[in-house]
Amino acid sequence: MARTLAWKRYNWRLIWLSLAYATFLVGAVYGFKHGLVPSALKYLVALLPALPIIGIFAAIGRYLVEEQDEYVRMLMVRQTLWASAFTLSVATIWGFLESFDLVGHVDGYYVAVCWFFGLGVGGLVNKLAYGETGSGC
Amino acid sequence: MENRLRVLRAERAWSQQDLARRLEVSRQSINAIETGKYDPSLPLAFRIAELFGGTIEDIFVSPSRRSSGAI
Repeated sequence: MARTLAWKRYNWRLIWLSLAYATFLVGAVYGFKHGLVPSALKYLVALLPALPIIGIFAAIGRYLVEEQDEYVRMLMVRQTLWASAFTLSVATIWGFLESFDLVGHVDGYYVAVCWFFGLGVGGLVNKLAYGETGSGC
Repeated sequence: MENRLRVLRAERAWSQQDLARRLEVSRQSINAIETGKYDPSLPLAFRIAELFGGTIEDIFVSPSRRSSGAI
């Protein structure tokens, strides 16, 4: 993967957002577990860990806008399309299996986990097709 | 898309990195274009042609002309 200026900026954003996610998640779990969260703030605190994840989606979008190298950008676009196709397929399959009581319920935020895994799948497909992953995967 | 980029680069004794720096793209981009794995956009194709002092047709082989045996 080419280390372009846009890529470096993206990586910095990713580091900060990951730190924010870890902090918010640990804080929210601790707060709820020990009953420290006032009722009025429960929704806000519960949503805190989601915000950095949404931020990562935005950072990927920002990266695609800022990336000046069209080939590297194309690789990342392919990766995100593979991730989206992979996630939608898994979610659809799981949804039907769950409807017929063949598998257990899975919390909705696993869709994001699946999408990040799908980025790895996209990187692998890029590697096979172009000899480059398109990201740090 | 088939092209003469590797030949033109070799004539000037430029490495892929040299060419990448001149075009302000990554070395991976040059490699992908040279090997025909990636077709550059029209603006990048013009930049490549201008760098080598020729036209796009001097560097890139039209797929339709190639398939018709015109080249």
